[in-house]
Amino acid sequence: MKFDTPATTNPIDRLKIVGRPTDRIDGPLKTTGTAPYAYERHDVAPDAAYGHVLGSAIAKGHIASMDLAAAKAAPGVLAIVTAENAGKLGKGEYNTAKLLGGPEIEHYHQAVALVVAETFEQARDAAEMIEVEYAPAKGAYDLAAARDSAKPSGKDEEPADSRVGNFDSAFAAAPVQLDATYTTPDQSHAMMEPHASIAAWEGDRLSLWTSNQMIAWSVGDVAKTLGIPKEKVHLMSPYIGGGFGGKLWVRADALLAALGARAAKRPVKVALQRPLMINNTTHRPATIQRIRLGAGKDGRLTAIGHDSWSGDLPGGKPETAIMQTRLLYAGANRLTRQRLAELDLPEGNSMRAPGEAPGMMALEIAMDEMAEKLGLDPVEFRIRNDTQVDPEQPKRRFSQRQLTECLRTGAERFGWARRKPEPRQVRDGRWLVGLGMAAAYRGSPVIKSGARVRLDGKGIVTVETDMTDIGTGSYTIIAQTAAEMMGVPLDRVVVRLGDSAFPVSSGSGGQFGGNSSTAGVYAACVKLREAVTAKLGLNAAAAEFADGQVRSGDRAIALAEAAKGAELVAEDEIEFGGLNKKAQLSTFGGHFVEVAVDAATAEVRIRRMLAVCASGRILNPKSARSQVIGAMTMGAGAALMEDLVVDKRQGFFVNHDLAGYEVPVHADIPHQEVIFLDETDPMSSPMKAKGVGELGICGVAAAVANAIYNATGIRVRDYPITLDKLLEKMPDVG
Amino acid sequence: MATPREIDVKRRTLMAATVATAAVGAVASRAGAQVPAAGPPASSNAAAPTTKVSFIVNGKARDLALDTRTTLLDALREGLHLGGTKKGCDHGQCGACTVILDGRRINSCLTLAVMHEGSKITTIEGLGTPDKLHPMQAAFVKHDGYQCGYCTPGQICSAVAVLAEIEAGIPSHVTADLNGKPPLDDAELRERMSGNICRCGAYSNIVEAIGEVAGRKA
Repeated sequence: MKFDTPATTNPIDRLKIVGRPTDRIDGPLKTTGTAPYAYERHDVAPDAAYGHVLGSAIAKGHIASMDLAAAKAAPGVLAIVTAENAGKLGKGEYNTAKLLGGPEIEHYHQAVALVVAETFEQARDAAEMIEVEYAPAKGAYDLAAARDSAKPSGKDEEPADSRVGNFDSAFAAAPVQLDATYTTPDQSHAMMEPHASIAAWEGDRLSLWTSNQMIAWSVGDVAKTLGIPKEKVHLMSPYIGGGFGGKLWVRADALLAALGARAAKRPVKVALQRPLMINNTTHRPATIQRIRLGAGKDGRLTAIGHDSWSGDLPGGKPETAIMQTRLLYAGANRLTRQRLAELDLPEGNSMRAPGEAPGMMALEIAMDEMAEKLGLDPVEFRIRNDTQVDPEQPKRRFSQRQLTECLRTGAERFGWARRKPEPRQVRDGRWLVGLGMAAAYRGSPVIKSGARVRLDGKGIVTVETDMTDIGTGSYTIIAQTAAEMMGVPLDRVVVRLGDSAFPVSSGSGGQFGGNSSTAGVYAACVKLREAVTAKLGLNAAAAEFADGQVRSGDRAIALAEAAKGAELVAEDEIEFGGLNKKAQLSTFGGHFVEVAVDAATAEVRIRRMLAVCASGRILNPKSARSQVIGAMTMGAGAALMEDLVVDKRQGFFVNHDLAGYEVPVHADIPHQEVIFLDETDPMSSPMKAKGVGELGICGVAAAVANAIYNATGIRVRDYPITLDKLLEKMPDVG
Repeated sequence: MATPREIDVKRRTLMAATVATAAVGAVASRAGAQVPAAGPPASSNAAAPTTKVSFIVNGKARDLALDTRTTLLDALREGLHLGGTKKGCDHGQCGACTVILDGRRINSCLTLAVMHEGSKITTIEGLGTPDKLHPMQAAFVKHDGYQCGYCTPGQICSAVAVLAEIEAGIPSHVTADLNGKPPLDDAELRERMSGNICRCGAYSNIVEAIGEVAGRKA
């Protein structure tokens, strides 16, 4: 199905099942520990041997020698895989660095060996016996030091530079100006399930049970890396213990499990050890962002400038932190530039809302600072600079844009009117209390997505697609979509995901998965409805699917009748035909935060959080709300604690485990509120939905930072806002 | 001069040697080792020294012969195929491996299986099944107290144990009155649950789920 004209009324609009808060259909499995994650598949590989990964102890250079003798002789060892004995390997389309290093080393903890043994304990023990002699080379690890060497970096859709009007002269002439630089640190996905895979060969065919967000990409990259045809790779990933972008790609666990299984001639399972993960896999790159805003005394922006610097390995990509600045606020004169420095740190790549998440961390502090300079309320300042058109191409409208409504609703619900504009005015015992807010913005991309739908003689509808559920609730919204389309209750739908034998879907990423994959299921269901009416001899156009029946005129036939004798199968995909070029599809919101800062210790406690979101039709308000509160939690981490600390001499992230890399825990997070504004977006898909899982993180950290400023009068532009950055400037304890 | 890294390598080699010595000194029994009988190519010296241990898991007596280095977590996951107990970090940092051992919650990755002769262990599988959920499991479903599901078994085991701890009058870091019964408020629940990380960020919903099971107004 081609989607190239705006959606009109369709069966989804009945909203009997779609749009209702629905418990996850995978809930009973997940809460009883019976949902099988990749490493737990004793059923498919009962005799799997265990692999343990050895990571490089240098960041750059090469391996001078490797002594495997002791490890090979260690009890239980079946095989050792290294670059030297693995045969010729390619590199995946989506990988920047090789997954198996040697002799050249590209980053710290790049895998250099896999030890395969009968037991986990034996593999771990033997891996420690490998003696590696390295010849280190000098590397670049400091973004600030490499800033001047950074080069313009972009591609067609996201050019390095964008210019409208004349920024320089408009900024120089602006009566009110802000010129400030912000930094965001490297961050880690730190999903709870480590990257894990079981590999088994049957002749030249490889089966991989793994934990991966993008099945089709990863089939391609496994094949490319191993140098085998894609058709020989079967990848399965039905349950994924979190991804956040970290599992968009094939990582070392999958490749090494495949190589280990080939060498040991039996199935091999590999989970990346937690202390290895952070430097071995990808991370969100640090940024330096300079923001310049110019406005008239009327509070209208006349000049908006945003420069962003980030670093990555040679051949890598920039963190596109300027993205939202091109679209969020009106202003005639605009300039954005992104620059990329070569760094020899581990590979930088997508993490939840790449670009906008760090971009909004900076831009939305800048907007708070500018509002203060203008003597305007921060909510009012943003509303005054709202736009219904793409500021770079004024003929191009937003398909839906309820930013102002989000901010007004949020201000009202949060009690924003009680905020004291002057900082450091509210005291509650030992606490300094402040309120802060930020806009939320994230694009809403769409990606081609396919599905197969089956109807059996019992009236059970089974959906098969290689879509993944990384905690987002895909199982449930896909079931809701099929139930709505076929007119059956939710418990008559079976959903099977994450298998490369199924039609290729959008996969999970970039908040495109929910809308795109359900639209693909919609398309397949349209075909199945046609097959059903043809079989039953009904007029397809007039038929209504409801209550387990198909009705047309005065006839009502049980849906199951259509599949009596032979199962009906339909397959289709949704293909997006450029409506998102004609209009800008984006999601909007407002974040409101109350913090309390200990007057003596500068400890920050978040007391309240509210998000108001306008992001198309909300398919399942229950799981969508969870996506948003989860994103708010990650935003709280970005504001207050998350920071991969770089050892600038040795070139690695020092705090590479869950004790050192701090993420929010229960005690850090208060009750969170989420409001979804009514919205349907016919330009987005037949579902009229958009994404929400990434919108939820965009702006949160800035809202926290702005609340801290309101509480203390201390403006921190260097994330995360830890105690040491506040203490010196804290007011005297009184 | 040795670089810090060279020193590190030597330290690790030394530790490995120490472990090997200790293992030889332990009671060695190859009978019933958890090593598959077949499967080419077998290594020259496949079986590690093992020790027998017996404990009760979810009401069932289990006898294992384990490599003494096997954690309780790996004994459950790899030995008994109870995959509900999750390995998130293997270092006691995340809480995904929480089980209830002799009535108290414990990070099963931080304890060796052979230390628990005769213990009674409850894992997530012992609390309820998909068809017959434990009230805490049902509350997690109702309040959407999970997303990816990987930390969930640990959260639920912890939550069940937390309510028992409060009931038993065991104070926490945030308990104001050490002599009275700790209150069942959000601060207590959040403090006591803080050893269980949820990166999906379901905390707000988890606390509501626990509160409901504890009999508070939802």
